[in-house]
Amino acid sequence: MNAFLLYTVQGLAAGSFYALAALGLAIIFGVLGVVNFAHGACYMLGAVVAAVLLDVTGLTFWPALVVVPVLLFLFGVVIERLFVSRLAELDPLYNFLLTFGLSLLLVDLIKRQYGVSGLPYTRPEVLSGQLSLGSFHLPTYQVFVFLFSLLVCAGVWLLMTRTRIGMIVRASTEKSDLTRALGVNVKAWVTPVFGFGIALAGLAGVLAAPFRAITADMGSSFIIILFAVVVIGGLGSIVGAVVAGFLVGLVEAYGQAYAPQLSQIVIFVLMALVILARPAGLFGREENA
Amino acid sequence: MRSTTDTPEAVQAGQTRPGLRGRSPARWALLAVGLVVALALPWVIYPPVAMDIAAWALFAVALDLLLGYAGLLSFGHAAFWGSSAYVTGLVAIELGLPFPVAALLGAVAAMALALPIGLLSVRRSGIYFAMVTLAFAQMLFFVVNQWRDVTGGENGLQGVPRNFFGIEAVETEPFYFYYAALPLILAGMWFAWRVVHSPFGRVLVATRDNPARARALGYNVERYRVTVFVLSAGLAGLAGGLFALSHGFVSLQEVSWQTSGKVVLITVLGGIGTLWGAIIGAGLIVTLEDQLASSGFDGIGIITGSVFVIVVLLFRSGVWGTVTNLVARRRGQKVPSEDIGAADSEQGL
Repeated sequence: MNAFLLYTVQGLAAGSFYALAALGLAIIFGVLGVVNFAHGACYMLGAVVAAVLLDVTGLTFWPALVVVPVLLFLFGVVIERLFVSRLAELDPLYNFLLTFGLSLLLVDLIKRQYGVSGLPYTRPEVLSGQLSLGSFHLPTYQVFVFLFSLLVCAGVWLLMTRTRIGMIVRASTEKSDLTRALGVNVKAWVTPVFGFGIALAGLAGVLAAPFRAITADMGSSFIIILFAVVVIGGLGSIVGAVVAGFLVGLVEAYGQAYAPQLSQIVIFVLMALVILARPAGLFGREENA
Repeated sequence: MRSTTDTPEAVQAGQTRPGLRGRSPARWALLAVGLVVALALPWVIYPPVAMDIAAWALFAVALDLLLGYAGLLSFGHAAFWGSSAYVTGLVAIELGLPFPVAALLGAVAAMALALPIGLLSVRRSGIYFAMVTLAFAQMLFFVVNQWRDVTGGENGLQGVPRNFFGIEAVETEPFYFYYAALPLILAGMWFAWRVVHSPFGRVLVATRDNPARARALGYNVERYRVTVFVLSAGLAGLAGGLFALSHGFVSLQEVSWQTSGKVVLITVLGGIGTLWGAIIGAGLIVTLEDQLASSGFDGIGIITGSVFVIVVLLFRSGVWGTVTNLVARRRGQKVPSEDIGAADSEQGL
């Protein structure tokens, strides 16, 4: 029983990274119609920047949770202004290809700068060790990651459903033309939304830094699983991205525990089943298909 | 997003580039030049690199058949190139069959794999298609990685022989192997050309440009897409099998997403929907990577990534498209718009 609970917590922690990053991917797709292939690279950048800041300036984990996403937001703004916006009127496949190129570029630049071996990162004292609940012992850091990202996802959801900003973003996601006709400057929201999506990937990276090996390639398989996540959840759907993120994390963790050879494969089998049963994804609508 | 105001001229993009349309002397001359280059290649450059160019050119032609003419971007074509490489390698090692038979069996295996993947993937189009094919290819990567008894896992398959009826020159020397393999490469390219210029190919272009209208005219769009997906996988498989035979080993690299990305880069660089462009792109990228590798530069992704960004931002017609558009403009012909197919604009009747 304790083992099962442990795998569940591990799965939810791994799912947190997917959920946060997929949320960013979904928001960017919703407003820009762009699938950001560089999202995995941005997740990697989040972790690398956190590690480098710790090494160079001594910036610890807690402030990094704020500083790194802000830096990645700015990075996203620059990328959107310099590249993505130039292809906005064309078939979205071009931006998919563009961000793929950017991702190759970023990964190899980081590889040249910091090598292929992992960068060190120490987790804060408070979060190391075990959390005891009666007879259960759970790794504190993984519980923290899950709760923290759940909080962030809930915050983003509130932002989207309860504020004027969220209303505008949702409206431009649903019916861009109509929103524009109602006098909303949709274009003005495109750049900050892209930056925000990148910042979420960066935040996932910071959370992963004390937990995973920080290498230039850490985002490379991450992005492909992220694609499976958004296909499962339904690409346009914010709730779908988060739910599917945690779901895939759980599937991966149970897979690793009970059928280690199949753990990666199971995720894609799940994706195939979803495509068969509901092509638009669990939370997607058919018109987005 | 694709505009719905495309002119009929623009719709014809990808069938025949305007600069050469209806000018058969020019086309024959081009074909002759292409053949001469193909025959002269191993005299000019190191024969194994020449073979790499030929294999990647066929691979890119296969991808372009799907991307340029059906408007479907497969980001998982390494699944077919790689699965065929493994099957070809295993057939050559275990059964010792002549290499063309091994490569053809590899291509058949790739097509068998492409059928279920294609049936699932065509349920989505546009950007989803790219993501789904990428995910399935990654699934195959994990299967190949785990199935160590058969695939050798991270070690790959070593010592793939090039059996060729006991003709020792072909079996040992890359220079002669190139000429033995070239007919298969050219046959694959001819097949792609035939598909594009057949009634099937015309319907394919229609399903790309306006799937809703093609459907209204009674065409089963999904069936056309699955068919071209399987054909494309077969050609990619033939290329992958010959690549494996040329190198004498098969590695996990062949089923990795980097391989899928590379063939997309080659196709886009050469010019989507041109077939010739795929060949030019292969020549450029393989030569570039060979030069970078031999100069000891270890950040190939920095160069290829930049090429990707520059091509997508500035030269969306690719090398071949840019050249033929220039020719067309000088002749005062209309130039087609630069856009991948409209696979995602189902509502654009």
